[in-house]
Amino acid sequence: MARSGTARRVTRAATVPEKIPIRLTVNGSQMELTVAPWTTLLDALRDHLDLTGTKKGCDHGQCGACTVLVDGRRINSCLTLAVMKEGAEITTIEGLARDGELHPLQQAFIDQDAFQCGYCTSGQICSAAGLIAEGKARTPDEIRELMSGNICRCGAYPNIVAAILQAMERS
Amino acid sequence: MASYIGSATSRIDGRAKVTGEARYAGEFNVPGLVHGYVVESAIPKGRVVGIDTSGALEVDGVIDVLTHRNRPPMADNDDAYKDEVATEKGSPYRPLYDDRILFGGQPLALVLAEDWESARVAASRVRIEYQKEPHVTDLHAQRDTAFAIDTPEKPRGDAGKAFASAAVRHVAEYFIPTEHHNPMELFASTAIWDDGRLTVYDKTQGVQNVQKYLCGVFKMKPDEVRVLGPYMGGGFGAGLRPQYQVVLAVLGARALKRPVRVMLTRAQMYALGYRPASIERLALGANSGGTLDAMTHEAIAVTSQFEEFARNDTGWGNLLYKSPNAKFEHRLVKLDLPTSCDMRAPGAATGVYALECAMDELAIALNTDPVQLRLQCYSERHQGEDVPYTSKQLRECYRQGAAEFGWDKRNPQPRSMREGSELVGWGMASGVWEALQMPATVRIVLTANGHAEVATAASDIGTGTYTIMAQVAADMLGLPIDNISVKLGDSTLPQCPVEGGSWIASSVCNAIANTAREVRGDLLKLARRMKDSPLADAGVDDVALTDGKIVSKRDANRAVSIASAMLSDNAERITREETNKVAEDKSHARNVHSAIFAEVKVDEELGVIRVTRLVNAVAAGRILNLKTAHSQVMGGVVWGIGMALHEETLFDHRFGRVMNANIAEYHVPVNADVHDIKVIFVDEPDETVNPLGIKGLGEIGIVGVAAAIANAVYHATGKRVRDLPITLDKVVQFN
Repeated sequence: MARSGTARRVTRAATVPEKIPIRLTVNGSQMELTVAPWTTLLDALRDHLDLTGTKKGCDHGQCGACTVLVDGRRINSCLTLAVMKEGAEITTIEGLARDGELHPLQQAFIDQDAFQCGYCTSGQICSAAGLIAEGKARTPDEIRELMSGNICRCGAYPNIVAAILQAMERS
Repeated sequence: MASYIGSATSRIDGRAKVTGEARYAGEFNVPGLVHGYVVESAIPKGRVVGIDTSGALEVDGVIDVLTHRNRPPMADNDDAYKDEVATEKGSPYRPLYDDRILFGGQPLALVLAEDWESARVAASRVRIEYQKEPHVTDLHAQRDTAFAIDTPEKPRGDAGKAFASAAVRHVAEYFIPTEHHNPMELFASTAIWDDGRLTVYDKTQGVQNVQKYLCGVFKMKPDEVRVLGPYMGGGFGAGLRPQYQVVLAVLGARALKRPVRVMLTRAQMYALGYRPASIERLALGANSGGTLDAMTHEAIAVTSQFEEFARNDTGWGNLLYKSPNAKFEHRLVKLDLPTSCDMRAPGAATGVYALECAMDELAIALNTDPVQLRLQCYSERHQGEDVPYTSKQLRECYRQGAAEFGWDKRNPQPRSMREGSELVGWGMASGVWEALQMPATVRIVLTANGHAEVATAASDIGTGTYTIMAQVAADMLGLPIDNISVKLGDSTLPQCPVEGGSWIASSVCNAIANTAREVRGDLLKLARRMKDSPLADAGVDDVALTDGKIVSKRDANRAVSIASAMLSDNAERITREETNKVAEDKSHARNVHSAIFAEVKVDEELGVIRVTRLVNAVAAGRILNLKTAHSQVMGGVVWGIGMALHEETLFDHRFGRVMNANIAEYHVPVNADVHDIKVIFVDEPDETVNPLGIKGLGEIGIVGVAAAIANAVYHATGKRVRDLPITLDKVVQFN
């Protein structure tokens, strides 16, 4: 069996797209990075900026784990190319706490035990922050409906609704 | 000081999870990281006759493409691949080992590149030439090939004869389709090679299981491999066995002598294990008084062609109901799929679904209330082993669950209750699981500043292990919980089994108690040596550790502070390591029980089903943390809703591949699907099951839930659907 490590040197005919410098404001800080046009905002955050709090659960906009706030609106960062957000203001889970004090939603998620494994939690909290800003959800039923883009496989949904209600009451 | 055990303490790892600080296996961005992308088999069975990787190697950033032809060496015997959870019979799958294709989606190549996107595009340029062989993936088409396996449940009497002469009979087949775990975190491993030593961050429910496995597969010494997994984004059984991405990451790291991360895509995770589809046949015979004379439970479930995976589907009736005549049979069908595996309450989720639907149908045939029938058949002893239970508060579960739900207001007639355009149905079921304990070792390091570190190689997969361990240690050591730190998910920590089967809480907490007793003994020795010690004549069990002090149980005034005892000997730390004692005692059955009451509303014209209310009353011994325990059972209920109404892996049998290998078309419950869930913990003191009376909660939450919902759907609509999931097309009757 041939050992690897002696990979054939071939003419690299397949070119990958040229990388582009972009500027993003992430959690209040100006960030300059160089990314390929096909790099999603999610991968830019996780792999280029080491902000791994934003999670990858499907890469297809089906689970909501990658939800971040862009200019205050909640979006699936896996369905967004980083280069499309040149100049945008991005808030991730790492940017919600202020001076070590948790955001009311973060505290409410702990108080209400609104997660188990924690992998969907960043997306749930960012999505909830966007939801509250939208001002559309007032009742538990509306919260359930408008949070249904964020899947929690541990099944913490009732506690997620309770946490959002707690944060809404206190803010 | 108030006891932490039993309180609703918030998770001690909560802050790390809500701030994004908790890092999961695929999130360790070490310098020089290489990204791996898997190329999978497009056919379910055959051989690889050619792999052309040249197109992939042309892509900028691609470093190498590994296949079975050029990979680093791996062990060539089955034993090396048998992990702690491997099936008894069969040959474990060996990732990237040879040219044989055993299932669709099997990894055939690993592209290694400087960045993930380049690896992905290069993977699409790997050309594979196959030699196809005929495949089978349809359980129904292959059921005649089923073969019986040995099960521990022995027959009693003559179930066939008793059934034939029973006054009231019910016989039916139930079907549970293939289901996939779909934890939110994608399976990922980061393998870091450092001059012959390997550090691996892995998504697993057992770091030591993976560590031993890697040592076997790569012929490495135990001290050369360290496996870490401080957090796991959901397991549900999918991470009990080492998954193939960890082998691929290590192959990449060994080939390149660089750190390699392999993260699977959601679609690729459908080629890992799954809950086996099963056909369950129940034949129940009752006398006219409404007690069981005959119980036959036969299951036919899926396994792979190369391993025999089976769990106990059929034996649960032995735990719940008296029947003088009983027969159980478990058969397997081998299909060209990956080996099936444990998924939340394996065996019980499926077997109890069928059993409890059958009991509902029998109750209807007897014109008896479903709760009443269960009480009439109630078993005080394990019917198979003829032994009593360490505790069984199932009667109380029925009583409290029914009271909370308002069961007495139920009109037994199907289609008799409605609300506007919706039919309302109320159904119930029982649940049962095992109260297991496995050997586990816990290390406690108590430092003179009153801080303790508690460590074992368990994984907290979201269950709350970090938190309950801190609670138990705080109580046992008499320290505030903020002074306890818990270390888990590191193969170099003291021995612990995989996190599964609901055994971790009882195992590690009883180990903490044993270790804490030794620490207490050490402290007492120091205290006794002190001048004019008030504890001079005390023995280790005469004192407790409370409020930072060693206190006589008989006279609370006789006490020595932990700090002063340690200071008296200049002891900076006390380190102890002990194991829990696992009873071999067969004199009792050890089980947890539950009663589930569900309300569904079914749109009469559209067939849309909603589970609007559900009560799950659980008797599971001592509840360590009301908050996390509630979440575990509630999560199990949500899984039960998914099992009843949504979840089904769909195959195109012509190609032997999964058709809905994504989380949009494989339906799992979303927030809008989940309404009012009430969890009740029935008081169940149990000094026999283990010293702390802990029974475990990970599995019981799902068991019986799908049956309660299916029974409620029947009550609402008058239509009995026995094939899960109960989708609206099965409920709406055209013509």
